[in-house]
Amino acid sequence: MQWEIVIGLETHVQLSTRSKIFSGASIAFGAEPNTQACEIDVALPGVLPVLNARAVEKAVRFGLAVDATVNRRSVFARKNYFYPDLPKGYQISQYEIPIVERGSLEIVLGERSKTVRLTRAHLEEDAGKSLHEDFHGMSGIDLNRAGTPLLEIVSEPDLRSAAEAVAYGKTLHALVRWLDICDGNMQEGSFRMDANVSVRPAGTTDFGTRCEIKNLNSFRFLERAIEYEARRQIDVLEEGGTIRQETRLYDPQRDETRTMRSKEDAHDYRYFPDPDLLPLEIGADSLHSIAQSMPELPGAMRNRFVATFGLTPYDASLLTTSREFAHYYESACAGLSGTTPKLVANWMTGALAARLNESGCDITQSKVAPEQLRALIGRVADGTLSGAMAREVFEALWAGEGEVDAIIERRGLRQISDSSELDRLTDQVLAQNAAQVADYRAGKAKAFNALVGQVMKVSKGKANPQQVSEILRRKLALPGYFLPGA
Amino acid sequence: MFQLGIAETARQLAARAFSAVELTQHFLDRIRRHNARLNAIITLDEARSLAAARTADEHIARGKAGSLTGIPILHKDIFCANGWRTACGSRMLENFVAPYDAHVVSRLEAAGTVILGKTNMDEFAMGSSNETSWFGPVRNPWRTSAVPGGSSGGSAAAVAARLALAATGTDTGGSIRQPAALSGVCGLKPTYGVASRYGMIAFASSLDQAGPIATSAQDLALMLNAMAGFDARDSTSLERAAEDYARDLERPLRGLRIGLPKEFFSDAVQPEVAAAVEAAIGEYRRLGATSVEVSLPNMHLSIPVYYVLAPAEASSNLARYDGVRYGYRADAFDDLVDMYERTRAEGFGAEVKRRIMIGTYVLSHGYYDAYYLKAQKIRRLIATDFARAFEQCDVIMGPTSPTTAFELGSRTSDPVQMYLSDIYTIAVNLAGLPGLSIPAGFDAAGLPVGLQSIGNYFAEARLLNVAHQYQRATDWHRRVPADFAG
Repeated sequence: MQWEIVIGLETHVQLSTRSKIFSGASIAFGAEPNTQACEIDVALPGVLPVLNARAVEKAVRFGLAVDATVNRRSVFARKNYFYPDLPKGYQISQYEIPIVERGSLEIVLGERSKTVRLTRAHLEEDAGKSLHEDFHGMSGIDLNRAGTPLLEIVSEPDLRSAAEAVAYGKTLHALVRWLDICDGNMQEGSFRMDANVSVRPAGTTDFGTRCEIKNLNSFRFLERAIEYEARRQIDVLEEGGTIRQETRLYDPQRDETRTMRSKEDAHDYRYFPDPDLLPLEIGADSLHSIAQSMPELPGAMRNRFVATFGLTPYDASLLTTSREFAHYYESACAGLSGTTPKLVANWMTGALAARLNESGCDITQSKVAPEQLRALIGRVADGTLSGAMAREVFEALWAGEGEVDAIIERRGLRQISDSSELDRLTDQVLAQNAAQVADYRAGKAKAFNALVGQVMKVSKGKANPQQVSEILRRKLALPGYFLPGA
Repeated sequence: MFQLGIAETARQLAARAFSAVELTQHFLDRIRRHNARLNAIITLDEARSLAAARTADEHIARGKAGSLTGIPILHKDIFCANGWRTACGSRMLENFVAPYDAHVVSRLEAAGTVILGKTNMDEFAMGSSNETSWFGPVRNPWRTSAVPGGSSGGSAAAVAARLALAATGTDTGGSIRQPAALSGVCGLKPTYGVASRYGMIAFASSLDQAGPIATSAQDLALMLNAMAGFDARDSTSLERAAEDYARDLERPLRGLRIGLPKEFFSDAVQPEVAAAVEAAIGEYRRLGATSVEVSLPNMHLSIPVYYVLAPAEASSNLARYDGVRYGYRADAFDDLVDMYERTRAEGFGAEVKRRIMIGTYVLSHGYYDAYYLKAQKIRRLIATDFARAFEQCDVIMGPTSPTTAFELGSRTSDPVQMYLSDIYTIAVNLAGLPGLSIPAGFDAAGLPVGLQSIGNYFAEARLLNVAHQYQRATDWHRRVPADFAG
């Protein structure tokens, strides 16, 4: 039987505020345990939460970016359960009325794109950390993370493969960084995903029983976990078994998921509105001013790149993975027209991306400035440089050898575009390669490329290959053309 | 010295008739002499109190006296006071020393008060007789075999026995007004949000409100002037211009319209209580007031509504007492869950556990709508009843409690009977209105009767005016229990 995989993702995005969502303590990562936990985070008797307005603003930015309803009134609720790293015995979250509802996110898969519906996004606080090693039979509790602001973004079960889930995860990751609401640091837990996975016979519409895989903190784990889990469910069903609704953990060492708790063990969280916090009201004025401060969004920028620069949607999506990358592209393209912006895109997604990747830099640390890349491509467009030469100049730029023209000069990389010189070279090659000329005339197209190659060789790579082709074609097309000196 | 009241004491301190140190020493001596019979005060720190008194004397000497400089007061043990044990009447916090000041405590300190100690109370403010305290029951100064009322029973009994000029209390369902009535002193519960709840250990957050207990309406006004005020750390604190609650004390009562809810004058009221209240209304008529019968048709639902909402909030508020970070932890346990269970089984008393269980139940999945949500709806109806009544009158009057003080142990086996003690006070908390109780006579056994006045939102100054005019015409509030008059 053919099976269809159905996936919905819940993503915990740590909002990049300075202080916690309900207290003034810092949320900076990596401090000594319990040095960033104030009386409120420790839940001393008598303390009360006060909502961080910056966290609200960031949630609103997200809502506007995904074209969602930003609820003018939302409600904080208490989610009650006991755990040592949950100081109050409840987590303050949003339950019945979240701040953001009903949005959508467009993802690009190769040349295809897809709209994923977002159910909701709500504000909540993170718990602390339990440390089970190093304490000789006891557990350590670090409350530095307790109260860190999170935006939990819940998608509809619209994803149909691990690849789609990864594309969604990456698009969302890029978006929250784009919006400057999250640093996106997955190692530090700033962006973590839970995947709800089920399978159903292809062509059917009812959902299968789902399992939730918790705390996936890399796209690779997300992909592996979904693939394993879907396979597992299909195997169970094909053997006549049934899927139990449960929460599972992905073990990257063994590359498998396993049961964490079944539905029967599920907590009754006894949600109720938090009486310490009034309903969150967002005024028209603040909504308006946040809307005014929104940057151009990646989707819009993607479409603009396609329309004004003639890029493919796929290239445009690669260029809009981060605001910095897109800005680099726009600076590099400044004043360019025609097909040149397409060349800039190729350079950025090719040589530049490879170099950045290799050196572990992001675009803001690029050793080649956008103006330099533009100058380099200008020299390709005007015929000064061949592709191979341009590559050499690029490496020299990366190595810090100065500006494009100086490098060309110093390295003697000027391409031969002078037609009398090229005439001479092609005549020489035609004279010395009578066999290939005969082959070409006999209809062997390949022979033409060999002739071009010979001209390039004779010119030590400096001939302009396009011009060489034109000249060769013209000379070979003359009916009475005979070889000089033959 | 102990019968002067705050205003007169402040005058004499300013006139150097006695020093703040002498005054403090005088009250500490009274506490040493009388407290053993009452068990009203559970924490003393004489050196600290005297040091504060010395500071007050310095301020007076330098002409820097505030409104309450040198005035010795007591704090209900529900308020965190930096460096003071803050046990909230519970074994759970028996060894908890607060590392910070509640807003109310710091405001009173800024006004110059001297803290004499912390007063006994029902455990986590859950009780109407002060018998649920881990530190033993408080006794009524008018008859030590009787209860003082609760939960602010220690504060009320201490002020009644003139062991301090005033004390702080908290009122969730009558916990200031009912013990004030049963102990023959004055107590005011302000409009919800007038005094900050920061640092006041939470029982039921949407109902808890701090207020003063003193021997006269004038002293209540002076105390409230210091206690009230916006606090950014409490999201339910109201941002309003500061007001002088004593400003209207001398306003004549001519034209005052008193609403008498027929529901407050049923057969459930002890006849002597009813007679004293009617006599007080008669006095008000002589002072120029008129009375009109009003109705609060949903009043009879206030106890069931309260005993859904307050335990629901409490069950969550008290989850932080888990033995992990501070407070009581069971000595021996097998694992984490066993540690939680033993800690909470041993650390909490029976009434607290009863309310945690009720609260947990009403918030449980499948019961929430039937209990919690329904109760919230009725709560709104009760508030609407008051709003209608206030269309016809300026203040509502009636008995504070249906009976005078009852004997210790007489109601402990029947919680419902105990809960009925707050039948006239609870609706005021549900509506968030200000309410006040003042002495208005005695029953045949010599136990005091309390007259309750309820005002519209923010009508504290008017309530104090109404009470003060009565106290100018009567002397019930000046009576001191015989055993404590010397």
